[in-house]
Amino acid sequence: MRFTKKDILDIESLEPREISMILDTAQGMKEISERPVKKVPTLRGKTIVLFFQEPSTRTKLSFDTAAKRLSADSISISKSSSSIVKGETLIDTAKNLEAMKPDVIVLRHPSSGAPHLIAKRVNSSVINAGDGIHAHPSQALLDMMSVREKKGKIEGLNISIIGDIAHSRVARSDITGFSKMGANVCICAPKTMIPMGIESLGCIVSPNMETCIEGADVIMMLRIQKERQDNILFPTEREYATLFGLNKARLNLAKKDVIVMHPGPMNRGVEISSDVADSDSSMILEQVTNGVALRMALFYLVAGGSRHADSD
Amino acid sequence: MRIRIKGARLLDPGNIDDNKDIIIKNHLIEAIVDPIFDSKENETRTDIEIIDARGMIVVPGLIDIHVHLREPGQEYKETIETGLMAAAKGGFTAICSMPNTNPVNDNSQVTKFIINCANELGLSKVYPTGAITQGSMGNTLAEIYDMQQAGIVAVTDDGKPLENSNLMRRALEYCKGLDIPVFVHAEELSIADGGSMNEGFFATFWGIKGIPNAAESIMVVRDIALSELTGAPVHFCHISTKESVEAIRQAKKRGVKITCETAPHYFTLTDEDVKDYNTNFKMNPPLRSEEDRQAVIQGLVDGTIDLIASDHAPHSIIEKDVEFDRAAFGIVGLETSLSLSLKLVHDGFLTMAELVNKMAKHPAKIIGIKNDIRPGNIADLTIIDPGHTYEIDPATFKSKSKNTPFAGLKVKGSTFLTMVNGKVVYLK
Ligand SMILES: [Zn+2]
Ligand SMILES: [Zn+2]
Repeated sequence: MRFTKKDILDIESLEPREISMILDTAQGMKEISERPVKKVPTLRGKTIVLFFQEPSTRTKLSFDTAAKRLSADSISISKSSSSIVKGETLIDTAKNLEAMKPDVIVLRHPSSGAPHLIAKRVNSSVINAGDGIHAHPSQALLDMMSVREKKGKIEGLNISIIGDIAHSRVARSDITGFSKMGANVCICAPKTMIPMGIESLGCIVSPNMETCIEGADVIMMLRIQKERQDNILFPTEREYATLFGLNKARLNLAKKDVIVMHPGPMNRGVEISSDVADSDSSMILEQVTNGVALRMALFYLVAGGSRHADSD
Repeated sequence: MRIRIKGARLLDPGNIDDNKDIIIKNHLIEAIVDPIFDSKENETRTDIEIIDARGMIVVPGLIDIHVHLREPGQEYKETIETGLMAAAKGGFTAICSMPNTNPVNDNSQVTKFIINCANELGLSKVYPTGAITQGSMGNTLAEIYDMQQAGIVAVTDDGKPLENSNLMRRALEYCKGLDIPVFVHAEELSIADGGSMNEGFFATFWGIKGIPNAAESIMVVRDIALSELTGAPVHFCHISTKESVEAIRQAKKRGVKITCETAPHYFTLTDEDVKDYNTNFKMNPPLRSEEDRQAVIQGLVDGTIDLIASDHAPHSIIEKDVEFDRAAFGIVGLETSLSLSLKLVHDGFLTMAELVNKMAKHPAKIIGIKNDIRPGNIADLTIIDPGHTYEIDPATFKSKSKNTPFAGLKVKGSTFLTMVNGKVVYLK
């Protein structure tokens, strides 16, 4: 099979067999990260631009590490070093980047759809590293990878996602991805954080947290993004933690072998208690490790892999 | 020199619906006469120009009371000239310009500038609207009487709502005294909350911040209450939701003096059509659900919605070829409004006479001008070619801006001819 997508923009545009292919490839890449010399020459001579228009340390570091492990040259452009602060439009900036002939542009942008906008205008592959409240496909893919690795499958699992669904691109991509791969996705949050029509993405909305996590195979806690809220979505962090925080008592409602995930960074004591975050159920650090492998797979598939070679 | 429009159906609802010829002399309708078939004799006459309009419908000039001309200030989007050329092509003999130019039309100098420009061009007519408040900032009343003397026909702060309810009350009272209508852009900004499309599944799907129906209907209900309080008439612009239609329907039943318009996109498209972050589908109010679209059509059918206006809002690629949430609201409409509205007739929702009411007669009534096809009246006429089928192509637009969601749409019916003051300003 060949991977034919030029861009990785969102989970909606990936077929289940493409998702499986990405996860398989990522599993292979993970082995590289475990070698003493964590570098292969696969993408030598390829240029990857990391174009981050929103502050991000983790995701950028993960993409950067992935690029370096494949021997690609990575160049970072942040908001302050790009011409956008000087009034240049996104399309003009992207075209200027394009003129430097990068093979891949990784874009993080506060506007939903920004990667879609530039993907249409440039020949380079575009990987969405998070756009507005729309999508974060590499995060959802690494979540799926982590779950598949631990559980051996995705189909039929009960996945509970708890937190600010309305403002979370991770939630949208996870709901779409897990339901596409046959899992039962259930979400829960204060009603102020449940966007209209979310069920149609392929999930059910639970009336309360207990119902949501009962019998769960996977619990995914979302970060309460304090910086995104104008304090009208819930009264206090204390009350939020009381109603929607994951603690040991609640964890007992889930299956015995439940795994707990979090895209990070965590607010300990708010959406997740420290004992849960540090428990054996927690996959949080594993997610970070898998993130690098998954992003290596994405680079490989769009820039160096079968998209360019008739290898099958 | 006379012009004879020959062989058409003449349709002026409440006045005439018959196969008649019209004779125009100078700027006036001289006579309405029985059709003549001995065309040979007439064609040889040199003092009369014959317009063969067989198969066409002659109606009172169409009037679009909601048009954003961008002059003064944003001539790169549209000038008064290109806007009026677009109006003529769209079949409109007159338009109302919105005051949100730069500077805002909040004083008689700007009003006179617009009117003088339009007069010099000799294309379609402009009846300007002026701002309710200075700079449309929502703080202090503008000099409405002075602008009225200069020629405005209504006031509005369109583009934004007048948030202060007490000031709105006073504006309505003041305007009632001047006998000038107030056009309302109904939007409650705090609940619209910076959204970019209709709140619902599709906004959730695309990750775009939503604008709920209530952002519109809250203000509609408020201003119905203020109209009742003051006894002043209120005209609601661009109605898009089922809740607004229902509120207006009920208020009209109680005799509140309100009128309203909708735009063709609200009865043609829904939020499901907003795809791939195409900013030509971004306007304010946003495209709503199918249920709302049906309610808007019902409102047109039962008369709750008095008229159709395009909310022609030209923007260049500078405002549109950007991220969806950063793109300007608005689409051009002058050159697609008639064809899109004729679909309501083809689909059996409206009769041709009802459509003429909604696009010519009711708009004229609201801004207080005469628009009847009678001998002695000014010859402002539109000739509709009801059968012409074509594909909408923005490249053919006279407007400077091409921001339409209707590119490539197949439509039936278009303008054959537009006549203003007895002069042909557009001929297909
Ligand atoms: Zn408006
Ligand atoms: Zn407007």
